[in-house]
Amino acid sequence: MCTNIATSSPVRGVGMGADGWFPLTKATVGYDHATHSEDEHAVLIDFTNYDIGLHARVAVELDLESARALLAQLQDVLEQAEASGMR
Amino acid sequence: MWNSYSTAGPVGITAEIITIPGGDGGETHAYHARPITDAPLPGIVLVHHMPGWDEFYLETAERLARHGYEVICPDLYCRFGHGTPDDVTAKVRSEGGVRDDSVVADGAAALAWLRARPGHNGKVGVMGTCSGGRHALLIASRVRGFNAVVDLWGGGVVAKPEEATPARPVAPVEYTADLEAPLLGIFGNDDQSPSPEEVDAHEEALRRAGKSYEFHRYDGAGHGLMYYHTPQYRPTQAMDAWNKVFRFLATHLKA
Repeated sequence: MCTNIATSSPVRGVGMGADGWFPLTKATVGYDHATHSEDEHAVLIDFTNYDIGLHARVAVELDLESARALLAQLQDVLEQAEASGMR
Repeated sequence: MWNSYSTAGPVGITAEIITIPGGDGGETHAYHARPITDAPLPGIVLVHHMPGWDEFYLETAERLARHGYEVICPDLYCRFGHGTPDDVTAKVRSEGGVRDDSVVADGAAALAWLRARPGHNGKVGVMGTCSGGRHALLIASRVRGFNAVVDLWGGGVVAKPEEATPARPVAPVEYTADLEAPLLGIFGNDDQSPSPEEVDAHEEALRRAGKSYEFHRYDGAGHGLMYYHTPQYRPTQAMDAWNKVFRFLATHLKA
């Protein structure tokens, strides 16, 4: 199925692509057809910089369980980071 | 039928990426495949799926050409930029998907291009898988002049109002009254979109409107049953379905 589930937001950071590190400008998170994993559908996460080109992309496909675990990890690390008071 | 050519003289094909007029008045890339013959040819507008203008579609165009059709497969994502099919698809996804109106306009432009080809036999079909199946049906419903439409497991043909998006504002089933071309539908009973219930609803709409259609539903198969590059591939069902596609196209485009 084509779910057309996707959302994008601007980001600031860097990512490692095929040509090395590059600045990131956009993150897109979706749930739709997987193109490389064994699952029919996957959580699709793309970090991109279309000012550089369509190839400036760091992509992952995760199953739902892995995506939930990643979300929990991110939340946990963010809480620890904020509690540390360090910037 | 697949694999039924005569070894005394199987026809060759040519295939290449060309540019044709797009629906916005500009140029768009398209994959053009046709048999090497002087005989009049029926045409097919091949509508690629959500994962993009990818190698599966180039190979499908070549398969149809070997079976006697002049095929044009426009790159519906051409205006989003160029790169690997995966990278282009990611950009399209990040922008909310390709708009239905853009696809319908490109389909109309591809139809006009085929009809102007030398040696055209006067018949044109439109065909696609997944979102391409939905778009093929949408194009055939909104553009006059197609003689056959093949929807291979198109999801979202029947949709709830809350599932509409700016890019996909109207479900194709809403255009059923406008569909003039006979329709072939191929579906897997394990599919989630279209679910068997959605296929039932579409079939009921076609029946009520008195449309010409044939639906085939396969057990032991889900979405993408012909996708030989994925775990969803079901070879027995896929080859049976291919032969139904060839028979349907020959009936409506070669007769």
